[in-house]
Amino acid sequence: MESKVIVITSGKGGVGKTTTTANLGMGLAEKGYRVCLVDADIGLRNLDVVMGLENRIVYDLVDVVEGHCRLRQALIKDKRNENLYLLPAAQTRDKDAVQPDQMKALCQELKEQFNYVLVDSPAGIERGFKNAIAGADESIIVTTPEVSAVRDADRIIGLLEASEIYEPKLVINRLRPDMVRKGDMMDIDDVIEILAIPLLGVVPDDEAIIVSTNKGEPAVTDKNSRAGQAYRNIVRRITGEEVPLMDFSSQGFIEKLRRLMGGR
Amino acid sequence: MGALIDFVNKIFAKENGSKDQAKERLRLVLLHDRTALSPELLIALKEELIQVLSKYMEIDEDGLEVTLDRADNAVALVANIPVKSVRRS
Repeated sequence: MESKVIVITSGKGGVGKTTTTANLGMGLAEKGYRVCLVDADIGLRNLDVVMGLENRIVYDLVDVVEGHCRLRQALIKDKRNENLYLLPAAQTRDKDAVQPDQMKALCQELKEQFNYVLVDSPAGIERGFKNAIAGADESIIVTTPEVSAVRDADRIIGLLEASEIYEPKLVINRLRPDMVRKGDMMDIDDVIEILAIPLLGVVPDDEAIIVSTNKGEPAVTDKNSRAGQAYRNIVRRITGEEVPLMDFSSQGFIEKLRRLMGGR
Repeated sequence: MGALIDFVNKIFAKENGSKDQAKERLRLVLLHDRTALSPELLIALKEELIQVLSKYMEIDEDGLEVTLDRADNAVALVANIPVKSVRRS
């Protein structure tokens, strides 16, 4: 199959880029694809801890770019899935340690070995963002249904277009169906109408994400997590399957029970 | 008492929630974001405006201001051009 480099970006920080990258990467690997996750957030690396691989880092992306080691020496094999690898960011350097051209070359090299290369972009629109998108064939924009996140997403869509990365796909993260019902949160259609790009998926707000991040285990493998289910659906859409959006209106039995018992 | 009335109002209010506000504010802010001209472009525009206008009148180049503004739901280019004197042919 043809290899793809997909950048996961958002403009605004804290909307779930890293969580999305980790889950989609693990989900694609579970489907049997060879996947490499690249943490492009140099100086503020986090993909390693979200993946639970922080103890295995020897070399990082900057070491590879500067020629201190071979690419394969820096790649960390996931402990759960042998199809999945991580190229960690450097923690003690900054964004200027890498040039867009170098990122492009790096992505090209990774493409030869992997089916999917997922690049986790830093927040912002400066050098780190430009590095992250330099080698990308496609892009996924993560936003939450909030004014500031959607505004930044709109800006990023413009910048991607200017860099000739067309047709970004949208992931709406942390949707709260209860707030949407009350009219206190923009719904899926509102966000799509404003941003006018195709929807790749919607991930409901889910405490399981916090738990899974605590453990360093992506929620996509958790059969009981709603967010995990949403990520599994997105993975299938990335591989070309048609998957309907999950139903957010109905609550599961457990959730109803929890509500009755006085939970949220 | 006031708190009680607020409470009762809250229970019976059938307002639309805050999402319409979010949407409306976003729409306007994006209108502005998307049409934002770069500073270089604005300077170029200003210089050409001066050239054209100078054919017809003497204008105060230092006092000339060109900005983007929003009127109702539309974006407007607003130029403030002080005229020193109108040329006579």
